[in-house]
Amino acid sequence: MAESHYSPGQLIWLKLKRNRTAMFGLGVLVALYLSSFFAGFLAPAHYATQNREVSWHPPQLDDLHLFDAEGTFRGPFVYGTKRVHPAISEYEVEPGVVVELELFARGDTWSFFGLFESDLHLLGWSDPKRPIFLFGSDLYGRDLLSRVLYGSQISLSVGIIGILISMSLGMFLGGVAGYFGGRVDFALMRFIEVILSIPGLYLILTLRQAFGQDLPSTQSYFMIIIVLAFVGWAANARVVRGMVLSIKENDYVTAAEALGVSRVNIIRKHILPNTWSFAIVTATLYVPYYILSEVALSFLGVGIQEPEASWGNMLKDAQNIRNLTDYSWVLVPGFFIFLTTMAFNYLGDGLRDAADPRSKL
Amino acid sequence: MWIFIARRFISIPPLLLAVSFITYLLLYVAPGDYFTRLCDNPSITEEMCAQLRVQYGLDGGFWKRYAFWLVNAVTFEFGYSFKYELPVFSLITERLSNTLLLSGTSMVASWGLAIPLGVVAAVYQGKFIDKAAGFVSFFGLSIPRVFYALLALLFAAKTGWFPTGGMRDQIAWDDFSAFERFKDVAHHLILPVFVVATAEMASHMRQMRAQMIETLNKDYVRTARAKGLGYWTVVWKHAFGNAVNPLVTQFGYSLAALLTGSFLVEVVFSWPGMARLTVDAVFAQDEPLVMAAVMMATTMLVVGNLIADLLLAAIDPRIRLE
Repeated sequence: MAESHYSPGQLIWLKLKRNRTAMFGLGVLVALYLSSFFAGFLAPAHYATQNREVSWHPPQLDDLHLFDAEGTFRGPFVYGTKRVHPAISEYEVEPGVVVELELFARGDTWSFFGLFESDLHLLGWSDPKRPIFLFGSDLYGRDLLSRVLYGSQISLSVGIIGILISMSLGMFLGGVAGYFGGRVDFALMRFIEVILSIPGLYLILTLRQAFGQDLPSTQSYFMIIIVLAFVGWAANARVVRGMVLSIKENDYVTAAEALGVSRVNIIRKHILPNTWSFAIVTATLYVPYYILSEVALSFLGVGIQEPEASWGNMLKDAQNIRNLTDYSWVLVPGFFIFLTTMAFNYLGDGLRDAADPRSKL
Repeated sequence: MWIFIARRFISIPPLLLAVSFITYLLLYVAPGDYFTRLCDNPSITEEMCAQLRVQYGLDGGFWKRYAFWLVNAVTFEFGYSFKYELPVFSLITERLSNTLLLSGTSMVASWGLAIPLGVVAAVYQGKFIDKAAGFVSFFGLSIPRVFYALLALLFAAKTGWFPTGGMRDQIAWDDFSAFERFKDVAHHLILPVFVVATAEMASHMRQMRAQMIETLNKDYVRTARAKGLGYWTVVWKHAFGNAVNPLVTQFGYSLAALLTGSFLVEVVFSWPGMARLTVDAVFAQDEPLVMAAVMMATTMLVVGNLIADLLLAAIDPRIRLE
């Protein structure tokens, strides 16, 4: 390819663009992350807003109409429902009652990462007494759509931040061990072996327990990230070390050494850049692992605590067999976890192929 | 070869020692202990608490306690569970056998399906069966096991075809004959095994397919075909043996993962295995039980990895273990 004057990054992007499934994964992820970013605006209600009189309300997404019984256009609306009996969470449709789905409605106050506050929501309902639950509601009558959106802020960011920490830690320590060798290398590698020989969930659980049980919500969020990053860096460091061992035999490293470049700069400028493609591919393929670990911890009841929402602690409701059968919509967060892992797998597979220097453009 | 095995075996005890140290340290730094909740009860006096802690060996400093645990553990004396007041060893053996029943059956099923399917997918590369298999394996790789297990549980509850959790019929078990008991456990096993097996099958099948495709393009396969051997004879007799080699390592790893692969599925299906026991023990701070469970799981993982290496060496003459 004589006309090729792309940078390696551009080359990967060009190859990736031709991979339809990978681009699909990327699109899904962009959509998911954007919507978690603007969860406050997109969610019709706050994650903790309770409407106890409408607990376990079924999803109304399938009851969304545009035309009423006479055939006149009403915009999106649902028919209101009423509880069959105060003690039973069962609802029947009241045919005449129309609750309209409003765009840009006013509702609960939300804050955009503490920068500004607003009460404007993309969706709202015309009758404040009759909330519309597109994905259904939970025991406290909280809107599952809103909780899924707010939950995505936690579940999705845990994956990204976790992998960023463990990847940088792994690359740094792996790079140091590989380049310097000797005692540092030996000690680090033995330590990594110890970490890797404890089965993942056992280590995660004991580590988590070391932080104590009753943590405030922000603390438990950071605790989860720390736990997952601590468990995750070891495998990365081992691979990076192996790569560095072979890279440092190259002539250009010897040349840099002969020119008197400092060791730190050799690692930073000449060795680590060669491990970038590995880092990006592995990071993409491993994000789901972090997301799923958060789900596991919260599902077991020791991750994100109520009333905060995360996809894992929302799924916890499904552990009760009665909830699961009578109110199957508690599984909604599961579909989003599935979608996310699938998208990351598609993208990661595509990236791996694109980053492979033997693959053709 | 023997030197390699010996060296690997010698490296296991120090590894286990380090693991036990780290785990004990983590348990030690965790705030509170097994009696914290009990001692919050105002009717329990402080003296009683202090006495309980002395009695259960929770009073000393880290080194004293760890040394005590270690000395006993070396003689396979893992103590009594605080919560169950039973010897940890018998508690774990029972739960472990339940877990192995679930994960072992799943492993057999997943490999038994993955290998033929992988071969067929490779042979009919690009055809419908390959695409279908590819879709199934992608599904299996992506679906979170908690979610998958919950869906299976929902299926069981809605259809009533399968029990919704547990390992045996709670009511009629005592009256069952041996054969009925076998049937009952098998009935309880089907769904969790299905979930674990299909989820694990995905990656095995993918690798089998990739290896098989690579091997089928080799010259000796073409030669075998050229000299007039039947297609499937070549596939099974010439290609398969070579293609399956790298999977032996993966087989070893799935041996190593026997204890942990079904962790969350066990929790969802309330399977009386290691998962529930460990989770409860960790959060109740039942120290002897946690230590034993972690050590057991680690040993399985380490030994599984060792077996993986040995299997590969045994099957592939190009590998020399020094």
